[in-house]
Amino acid sequence: MAPPAEVLAVRGLSKTFPGVRALDDVDLTLHPGEVHALIGENGAGKSTLIKLLTGVYRPDAGDITFQGRKVSFATPLEAQKAGISTIYQEVNLIPLLSVARNLFLGREPRNRFGMLDVTRMNREAEEVLGTYGVRVDVRQPLRTLGVGAQQMVALARAVATDARIVVMDEPTSSLEPREVETLFSVIRRLRDAGIAVVYVSHRLDELYAMCSTVTVLRDGRRVHHGPLADLDRLALVSTMLGRDLGDVREEGATKFSGDHQAADTRPVLQAEGLTVPHKLHDVSLSIRPGEVVGLGGLLGSGRTETAKAVSGALARSSGRITVAGVPLRGGSTPAAIRAGISLLPEDRKSEGIVPGLSVRENIALAALPRLSRFGLVSEARVDSIVDTFVERLRIKASSPHQKVGELSGGNQQKVLLARWLAMNPKVLLLDEPTRGIDVGAKAEVQKLVDELAADGLGVLLISSDLEELIEGSDRVVVLKDGAVVGELTGDDVTEDKLMRTIAGGGDPAHDAAKEAATDG
Amino acid sequence: MAEATLRTPPLDRARVLQWLQTYGVYAGVALLLVVNIVITPHFMSAENFRTQAVQVAPVIIVALGMALVIGTEGVDLSVGAVMALAASVTALYLGYGLLPALLVVALFAAGVGLANGALVAFIGVQPIVATLALMVGGRGLALVLLPQLEDLRNPALASLGSGGVAGIPYLILIAAALALLVAFVVRRTTFGRQLLAIGDSRPAAQLAGLPVRRVLIIVYVACALLAAVAGVLATARLQASDPTSLGNLMELSAITAVVVGGTPLTGGRVNIAGTVAGAVLIQLLTATLIKHDLPPSWTQIAQAIVIVCAVYAARGRGKR
Amino acid sequence: MTATKTDAPVTTASDEPADATAPVGSARSERLSALVQQHGALAVLVLVSIVASFSFDSFATGDNVSNMATGSAFLAIVALGMTFVIVTGGIDLSVGSLFALGGVLAAWGSRHGTLVALLLPLVVCGLIGVVNGLLVARSRLAPFIVTLAAMLGARGLMLAITDEGANTYLIGKGSFLAELGQGTTLGLGNPVWITLALFVAGAVVLRRTRFGQHVYAVGGNEDAAALMGVPVARTKIAVYTLSGALAGLAGALNAAWLASGVTILGNGMELDAISAVVIGGTLLTGGLGYVSGSLVGVLLLKVIQNIINQIGSLDSSYQLVVSGAFLALVVIAQTWLGRRRQLV
Repeated sequence: MAPPAEVLAVRGLSKTFPGVRALDDVDLTLHPGEVHALIGENGAGKSTLIKLLTGVYRPDAGDITFQGRKVSFATPLEAQKAGISTIYQEVNLIPLLSVARNLFLGREPRNRFGMLDVTRMNREAEEVLGTYGVRVDVRQPLRTLGVGAQQMVALARAVATDARIVVMDEPTSSLEPREVETLFSVIRRLRDAGIAVVYVSHRLDELYAMCSTVTVLRDGRRVHHGPLADLDRLALVSTMLGRDLGDVREEGATKFSGDHQAADTRPVLQAEGLTVPHKLHDVSLSIRPGEVVGLGGLLGSGRTETAKAVSGALARSSGRITVAGVPLRGGSTPAAIRAGISLLPEDRKSEGIVPGLSVRENIALAALPRLSRFGLVSEARVDSIVDTFVERLRIKASSPHQKVGELSGGNQQKVLLARWLAMNPKVLLLDEPTRGIDVGAKAEVQKLVDELAADGLGVLLISSDLEELIEGSDRVVVLKDGAVVGELTGDDVTEDKLMRTIAGGGDPAHDAAKEAATDG
Repeated sequence: MAEATLRTPPLDRARVLQWLQTYGVYAGVALLLVVNIVITPHFMSAENFRTQAVQVAPVIIVALGMALVIGTEGVDLSVGAVMALAASVTALYLGYGLLPALLVVALFAAGVGLANGALVAFIGVQPIVATLALMVGGRGLALVLLPQLEDLRNPALASLGSGGVAGIPYLILIAAALALLVAFVVRRTTFGRQLLAIGDSRPAAQLAGLPVRRVLIIVYVACALLAAVAGVLATARLQASDPTSLGNLMELSAITAVVVGGTPLTGGRVNIAGTVAGAVLIQLLTATLIKHDLPPSWTQIAQAIVIVCAVYAARGRGKR
Repeated sequence: MTATKTDAPVTTASDEPADATAPVGSARSERLSALVQQHGALAVLVLVSIVASFSFDSFATGDNVSNMATGSAFLAIVALGMTFVIVTGGIDLSVGSLFALGGVLAAWGSRHGTLVALLLPLVVCGLIGVVNGLLVARSRLAPFIVTLAAMLGARGLMLAITDEGANTYLIGKGSFLAELGQGTTLGLGNPVWITLALFVAGAVVLRRTRFGQHVYAVGGNEDAAALMGVPVARTKIAVYTLSGALAGLAGALNAAWLASGVTILGNGMELDAISAVVIGGTLLTGGLGYVSGSLVGVLLLKVIQNIINQIGSLDSSYQLVVSGAFLALVVIAQTWLGRRRQLV
C-alpha cells in the first residue's frame, strides 16, 4: 500500500514553561489510517505535544501542517472544528448534563426557530451510541453511567465531529478489559475509515496490539520514531528510559523479589464481613505480618472501596476489623490510623499530597500530634524524622522546604509513604501505588514495598497492572461486584488463574474460596 | 509569614510579581505614608496616628479571624453581624457588670461560630452560603434583641474604649496582642499546620487522619469570637450600642485586608503580618481620601478598585 | 510497565455486548431525590399558602395576592439573572447595589423620556456586569470578591449621582414609565406581566438554546466544557452581564412603581435573590438549576414575609432571623439531597 499523503506534519515544535523546556524541536508525521503510539516517561513532553496539537497551548517555535495547510489553533474548539479531536485520560464531560446533551454539546440539532430540537437530539444520540455498544436512556444525567460507558460517549463525541485525527491520552486507564476490547474495535474502525489515531499509553501490550508506528519522547525531545515492529519491548523501554539495554534486562520485570516468608503468626489485620451499601457485600480478608496480599478484580469491583472501608475513609454499615488482635473501635480515619492502618490513596494528587505545603510538612502531617508537646510543634523532632525518611526512601527534592506539588509523581508517592512510615504503621494499604509514575520510580516503589513487608508490615496491594499484582503479592483476594469471589494462594498466583477467577464468578470453587477467605 | 516555602522563580517578571505579592502591601503602606506626609497637613502628629490606629484596631481584629477562615479555603460573611450582636448583647447585660456581659457576648459569638462551623464542617455547605445565612439571621437577632441605638453609661466600658497604658490606647494593645497570638498559633502549633493542610487539600488532610471537622469548627468559632471582641471594643469606643449600623460591610473590609495582605483566597496559606498591614493600608487610603474632602461615594469606589487590584495581584499564587 | 511483560490478554472473553450501562445507584431513589430537589419548594409554597389562607382572613384576598405578586416581581427579575450566574457556579453579590443604582438612573433619566429611563439602567448596570464577568472569566478572580467589590463600587456610583444620597429624583405622573410601573392589566400589575414574560424567555434560553447548554456545561465541569469547545469565558461574561442588566431593569421598574429613585433600596437584596434561587432547587455548586424554581423561591419568601406582617405583633427584624434560618434550612436540605444523589 503506497503511503497516502500525510494528514499532519509537525516540524520543530518547541514550548517552554517557566523553568522547564517542556518540548524541544519535536517532529511528528501522521498518515491517514495510521495508529501512532506516542510514548515517554512522565514529563517527557507527551501531554505538552498533545496540548499544542489541540490548541490548548501555543507553540514557542515550529509549525503544524494539517491537511496541507499551516494551522495555528487558538482553542481546543478550533482544533476540534478543523478535525483534531481528543479523548482525555479522565472522562472530560459534564456529569450533570444528560447523555444526549453531552454528546451534542456545541453542535446541537436546532429547529427553524434556532431552538434545540431535543427529540431529534435524543433519537440521534441513541443511534450513535448504539453503534458503540452503549444502550442507555440518553435523557439521564451522564454521571449515572459507568466509567466505561462515559468513555464511550466521549469517544463517540470525538469521532462524530468529522475528525481526521483522534488523539487518545491513556484512554484505557479506567476501562475494564472488555471495554478495552470495544475501544480497540472502534479504533480499528477509525483506522479503516482513514482516520489517524495518536495513541498515548503506558501499557505496552496495548501499544503492540494496536499501533503501527511510534514516536518516543524523552526530556522534551524526540529520541525515536518509526514502525513499532522495528523495536522490541526491551528496546522500546530502554529508548524511553535512555538507559542501556543491559541495565533493563538485568533489573528484570518488576522489583519484587517474590514470595515473602510470611511468618505463620496471627494476622496483623483481620477484616470480617465489611459491608458498605451499594458498594461492598460481606468482604472478609486477613493479612499476616510480612505478607503482601493482593486485591484483584476489575474496575468497580470494590478494591478501592475495600481499602477505604478498612481505613475508615468509607463508612461501613457492618463488619469488624481487628488490628493485631485488638478490635478497631469507631469507624473513623483517625481511629484506624491510631490503630496502625495506613492508606496510600489511589488518587495521589487530590487525596494524597498537600501540594502547597513543603516536603517536610507533608511528611510530618499525620504524625504532628506525636511531634508536638502541648500543641506546639517541635521543629527538631520534625527535622529528624524528615531527614531519616528523605534518606531512607531516596526522596529527590531540592530541599525539604520544596513544595510537594513541584515534585515528580514518583517522589510524591515516596513522600506519602514517608508520611505513613513516620506513624510506625502495622498495616499498609497501597491503592495503585505505581500508577502514573515513571518506570524508574515504579521499580523503586516496588522494591520499597518488598522491604517493608520484609520488615514485618502487613501490606494490602491494589494494582490494575496484573503483572505487578501477581509478582508483588503472596496471596491474591479476588473481588467482583463488591464481594470476594476467590482467593489465589501459592502456585495459583498467576495471571491466568486470576483472569479465570474474575471471569468465572459462578463456578463451584467460588463458595469454597469465599469461605477460605473468610477464615483468613 | 506562616509559610516561608517560597521557590525562586527563574523569570524576572515572575520574581517581580512574587515580590509584589509578598511585600507589595508594605510598599503600599510606606507610599501612602510618604504621600500623606507631603500633602496632608498635620499628618505627622501623635494624635493623628492614635486616631488612625484606634479606628483600624477593630478591622485588624476581625481580619485576624478572617485570615484563619480564608486559610481553610473558607470565608466568613457573618463577622459584621456578630459585631452587631456583640453590641446588642453588651447593652442588654451591662447591668450585671462588664465581665458577665462579656461572658454572655462570648457565648453568643461562640454560638454563631459553632453554627457556621457545623454547617461547613458537618453538613458540607459552602462557607459563603453558610455564613450568609448567619449574616442575615445574626443581624436580625441583634435587632430583635435591641431595636435601636442605645447609649451606654459604664465606667469600665468607657475606660476600655478610651483609656490606655502610657498613652497607647487599650484598643491598639489588644489588637497587637491578638495579632501576635494568632501569628504564633499559625506558625508554631499543630493546629496551625493542620489548618493550612486542610485549606490546601481537604481530602488529603482527611485521609491523613487530621481532625478536619474539629479544626474547621474551632476556626469559625475563633473568627466569631474575634469579631465579637471587635464589636465590644467598637461599642466601648462609641459609648453606645448600635446594632443597626455597627459592623456593616465589615466582612468586606476584613476580606480586603486579608487579601491585600497576601493571603490567597484559595487557602493553604495565612499571612498575619500582611493582614495587619492590609488593614492599615485600607485605613490610610480611606483617611487620605476623607482628609482631602472626597465624598464617601468616591471612597467606596476607590476601595472597590483597591480590592479588585489586590485580588488580581494575588491570583495564581494559590494552588494550581 | 516494565520490559518483559508477557502477552497478557487485556480482555476476558467478551461474549456480551459492552454496554456498561448499569446505573451506579438505585434509580428510584435518584429520581425521588431529583423530584424533591426540583419541586420541593413548590410543594412547600402550596402548603404554606393553604395554611395561611385558613389562618388569616386577609391572606387570600385579591388585593393581598395582587400586592404580593407586584412586590415579588422586582426580586423575581433579580433572581432570574442570579439563576443564570449560579448555574455557572458563580455568585453575584452586586445585584442589590445595581438594583438601587438602576432605580436612581431610571428616575434621573425619566426627564429625557421613557426610553432613556429604561435603557440607561440596562446599559450602565449591564456594563458593570460586563466588568464583573471580565474579572471573573478573564482574570479568573473569585466571583464573590469581584461582585462584593462591585457592590461597593455601584453604591459609590449611586451616591455620586445623588449628591451623596441627598437627592431623590422623581418620576413624573402620567408618563409611560409610570404607567409601566403602576398600571395594571387584567387585574395584575404591569411589572408582574413583564416578570412572567422574562421568566418564560429565561426558561426557553436556559433549556432550549445553545447558550443555555453552555451555561449548564460551564457550571457542570468548567475544564471539560472548555475542552468540549464551550466558550467558557464568553458564557461567564454573558451571565454576569445578564444578571447586572436584569438587576438594573428590576430597579428601574421598581422606581417606576414607586415614582421615585429611592437610594436606600436594595440593601440585602442579593441575599434574598440567592435564597430564592437556592430554595428553587438550583445547585449552588452549579450545573443544575431551574428558572421556574427561582420564581417559586421568590414567591415562597414573599408569602412568608406576608405572613410575618399579618401576625403584626412581630417586629420586622424577625423577618431577617426567619430569612436566615430559612436559608440555612434549605441549604442543609439541598446539601443532604445532593449528597444522596451523588453518593451512589
